[in-house]
Amino acid sequence: MLTLFLVLFPVVAAAAVLLSTNATAKTTALVGAIGELLIAGLAFFTFAANDQYQFGFDYAWFEAAANGTGGVRLSGAIDGISLLPVVLTGLVTPLIILSTFKQTYARPTSFYALILFMQAALMGVFVARDGFLFYFFFEAALIPIYFLAAMWGGENRIAVTFKFFVYTIFGSLLMLVALVYLYRQTPLVNGVHSAAIADFYALNLPAKAQGWVFWAFFIAFAVKMPLFPFHTWQPDTYVESPTPATMLLAGIMLKMGVYGLIRLILPVVPEGVNIWGSTAMIMAVIGIVYGAIIAIRQRDMKRLIAYSSFSHVGLMAAGVFSRSEMGLQGALIQMLAHGINVVGLFFIAELILQRTGTRQLDQLGGITRNTPRLTVYFLIILLGSVALPLTNGFVGEFLLLAGVYGYNHYIGLAAGLTIIFGAVYMLRMYQKSMFGQPAPRTAAFADLAGSDSYVLLILCVFVFWMGLYPASFLKLTEPAVLNLMQFIK
Amino acid sequence: MLPIILLSLSGIALLFLGFQKSRALLLPATLLFVLIAFVTNFLDWGKTYMYFRDMLLVDNLAMIFTGIVLLSTFMVVALSGSLADDEDAQPAEYYAILLFSLVGAIMMIGFENLIMLFVGVEILSVAMYILTGSDKRNLRSNEAALKYFLMGAFATGILLFGMALLYGATGSFVLSGIGNYAVGATNAGGSMLLFYVGMFMLLIGMLFKVSAAPFHFWTPDVYDGAPSLFTAYMSTVVKTAGFAALLRILTVSFSGVYNFWWVALAAVTVLTLLIGNITAVYQTSFKRMMAYSSISHAGYLLVGLVGLSQASKQAIAFYSLAYSLSTIAAFGVLMLVARNRPLNAVAFGDQTTLARTDENYDAFNGLARKNPLLGFVMAVSMLSLAGIPLTAGFWGKFMVFSAAADRGAIWLLVVAVLMSAVGIYYYFRVVIAMYFREGQTDEIRVAPFYKIVLIAATVLTLLLGLLPNLFQGGI
Repeated sequence: MLTLFLVLFPVVAAAAVLLSTNATAKTTALVGAIGELLIAGLAFFTFAANDQYQFGFDYAWFEAAANGTGGVRLSGAIDGISLLPVVLTGLVTPLIILSTFKQTYARPTSFYALILFMQAALMGVFVARDGFLFYFFFEAALIPIYFLAAMWGGENRIAVTFKFFVYTIFGSLLMLVALVYLYRQTPLVNGVHSAAIADFYALNLPAKAQGWVFWAFFIAFAVKMPLFPFHTWQPDTYVESPTPATMLLAGIMLKMGVYGLIRLILPVVPEGVNIWGSTAMIMAVIGIVYGAIIAIRQRDMKRLIAYSSFSHVGLMAAGVFSRSEMGLQGALIQMLAHGINVVGLFFIAELILQRTGTRQLDQLGGITRNTPRLTVYFLIILLGSVALPLTNGFVGEFLLLAGVYGYNHYIGLAAGLTIIFGAVYMLRMYQKSMFGQPAPRTAAFADLAGSDSYVLLILCVFVFWMGLYPASFLKLTEPAVLNLMQFIK
Repeated sequence: MLPIILLSLSGIALLFLGFQKSRALLLPATLLFVLIAFVTNFLDWGKTYMYFRDMLLVDNLAMIFTGIVLLSTFMVVALSGSLADDEDAQPAEYYAILLFSLVGAIMMIGFENLIMLFVGVEILSVAMYILTGSDKRNLRSNEAALKYFLMGAFATGILLFGMALLYGATGSFVLSGIGNYAVGATNAGGSMLLFYVGMFMLLIGMLFKVSAAPFHFWTPDVYDGAPSLFTAYMSTVVKTAGFAALLRILTVSFSGVYNFWWVALAAVTVLTLLIGNITAVYQTSFKRMMAYSSISHAGYLLVGLVGLSQASKQAIAFYSLAYSLSTIAAFGVLMLVARNRPLNAVAFGDQTTLARTDENYDAFNGLARKNPLLGFVMAVSMLSLAGIPLTAGFWGKFMVFSAAADRGAIWLLVVAVLMSAVGIYYYFRVVIAMYFREGQTDEIRVAPFYKIVLIAATVLTLLLGLLPNLFQGGI
C-alpha cells in the first residue's frame, strides 16, 4: 500500500497547490514534496534487503479474467532495483522546489502543480510492475515536463521543446508496439493474457523476435537518456528549459531510461542483448567520449553541465550492458549519485545566472572572494561529479568501469577516459567561474543564505554519505540484482 | 428496434414543431428525443433479437454502437444552440434530418441483410448531403454538398453493384448465408470470381463512406465546407456507423475468406494512415487538419479490422467512442473560437462572400490564457486524438493494436505508431498556439449548457483513460 501512496500523494498535493493562492503555492508544494519524501524515506528505512517486491498494490485494470487475475493490471511495488530511483525522486523534488524559493515564476500554482504531477508520474514509472502501467507513466511524465519547459522556458523554447516532445514520444511509441507484442505472446490463463513484467521475463521468444523487441525498447530508452546518436534534443532542451525543469529532466527523468534498460531490456530479451548488446555498448562509449570532448569546449555553464550529463549517462548504459553484477550495482548507485550531483550543479549555474546575469564562463571569475559557503558546496558537488574517492561519484563510476572493463578491456579503457575528461571540464568550469580576478559582473557577489544554502548543504551531505558508506545503499540493491542476473545468463 | 421507431416519430414531430416558430423549444425537444432513444436502446441489454424477418439484428454490440452514435448526436445537438439565433438557419428541419439520419445509422449497425445495409447507407448519406449544404449563402458549403453528392452517389452505385454480384454468386442477401457460401465454396474449390468481385465492390463502397484512402478525396473539401456543427456529426456518427457495418459484414460474411481480403485491406490501411497523417501536417486550417485527422483515424480503426478477431469488436467500439468524444469537443471549441472572429470577404471564383475564415491555427493563439477551460478541453481532446496515455484515445490505440498483434501483423503496428508520432506533430500545433503563443483572443462567453457538454466530454475522455474497464463486458 505504501507504494500506492507514493504515486497518489503527489497528485493530491498538486491538487492542493492548484487550489492554493499564488502566494502560498510555493509553500504548499514544498510541504507536499516533503510529505512525499517522508513516505519514500519510510520505504527506504523499512525496506528488507531481499529480492522480494515490497509495499505493493495490485488491482485489476483492464481485460482481467472473471476472477480478477491477469490482464493489464494496476500493480506496483518496490524492489531493490526500483528503491534507489524512488529515493532519488523523493529526495530531489523537494530540493528542486526549495531551490526556487527566492524566485518568482509567473502562474506559480500551475508551475508547482506540474512539478508535483511530474513527480507522481516518475514514481509510477519506477514502481510499476505491469508493462502497460510502466508505459502509461513513462508517457505521462512527458506532459508536465513539456508544459514546464515550454511555458516557463527561454526565448527559443517553443521550437526546442517541441522537438524534444516529438522525439521522445516517437521513441516510446516503438516501445508500445513491443509491449503489445509481448502482451499478446504471454500464455492465456483463464482466457486472458498477462501484461505483468514478471511474465514477460518468462517468455522464451525466438531470437529474431528478441532482436526487434530489443531495438524497440532500446530506442525508447536511448532517446530518453539520451545515448549517442539520439541525443540531439538534449542540450538545447536543457538550456532553454527553466532550471527546475532542467533539474527534473537531468536529475530524474533520464534515469527512467537507465531503469528501463535494467528492468525490461536485460531480462525480457536476453538473447537480443547477446546479439545487439555490444552495439549498444559501443554507442554508449562513443557518447561518453563525445559528450566529454564537447563539454570541454563549452562556454555556457548550463550547456557544459548538459553535455557532462550526456557523457555520464553513457557510462551508466555501458555498465548495464556489461551484464555484470558490478556494472548493474554501479548503474543503480550512480543513478542516485548523478541525480544528486547534477541537480546541485544546475542549481549553482542558476544561482550564478541570477546574480550576475550570465552563465558564460569568460564573463565570470573571482566569485570565490566573498562566498566561502558557495565555494565549498560547489567544490564538494563538483568533486562528487568528477568521481573523487570518498564522494558519491567515485563509488558508482568505479563499479561501472570495473563492470565495463570486465566485459572488454579496450572498451573499458575508452570508457575510463570519462574520469580524465570529467576532471578537465569540471575543474575548468570551477576555475573560470570561481577563481581569478573578479569580473565586473561578479564583484558584488554575495554569499549564499537561507533556502539556497540549505539545498546545497543537503546535497553535500548525500555526496559524503554515499561516498563514505555506500554499503547502506548497495546492500539493499544487491539481492535484487543477483536475482536479475539469473534471467540474464 | 424501439429507437428506430422513436427517432422516426420524433423527427416528424420536430417538423411539426417547426411550424410553431418557437425556435427555443426545438433544441430541448431534440435532446429529449435523443435521450429517450438512448435509454430505450439499452432496455434489451443482454438479449439478442431479430426483427423484420431476420433483416435487423439487435445484440449487445449493436446496442453499444447505437449508444455511441446517440451519445454523439446528443452532444452535437447540445452544441447547436447558436442555430436558434441564426436568421438563415432552419433548425427544425436540421434536427429532423439529424434524427432521420440516425435511423439510417442504426440500420447500418444492426443489418442482417444487405438490403438493410443499403437502405441505411442511403438514409444516412442523403441526410448528410443536405446538411453539408445547409449554409446556403456560403459557396464553399454549396460546393461541398455538390461534391459530396456526386461522389457519394457514385460510391453508392458501386456498393449496390457489389451487392448484386454477391447475390448472383451466393443467392442470398442474408449475411450468414453469404458467410456459409464463402466457407463452402472455398472448401469445394472452383471459381469464386463473381463472389470476390462483389465482395471488393461492396468493401470499396463502404470504405468510401468511412473515407479510407484512396477513396478519401471528397473528405477534406466536404468537411471543410460543411458547417462545423455538421462536420462534427459527419466525422463521428457516420464514421462509427460505417465501421460498425464493416465490422459486421467482415465478421459474419467474409471471415471465411480472410486470407483473400486481408492483404488488400492492409494495403488500404497503410495508405490511409500515410495519406491522412502526412497531409494533415501541411494544413494551416485547423478544420481542414481535422478532416485529414479523421482520415487518419479511419486508418487506425482499419488496423483493428485487419486483425479481425474477437478483440476487434471491443477495439472498434472503444476507439469509436474515444474518437467521437474528442472530435466533438474539439469542434465545440472551434465553433466558439471561430464565432468570435470577424467576418471576412472571401473570393470564390468571380464572386465574394462573407465567411468566418478564421479557422486557422492562428485563431487559437493565446486561447488558454483568457479561456483556461476551453484550452483544457481542447488540449485533452488533442491528447486523446494523439493517443497519449491518461486519455481514452490511448486505450483505443492499445486495443486496435492488440487486435492486429493477435494476427501477427507487427509491421502494420510499426507503420501505425510511426504515423501516430506524425499525428502528435499536428495535434500539438494547436496546443502550442493555445498555451505558448501570445494572441489577442478575448474572453469568450460560453453558455452554461454548452460548457457542461464540453466538460462532460473531457471528463469522460479522462475517465476512460484512467479506468478503461468501465467500458468492458457484454460484447
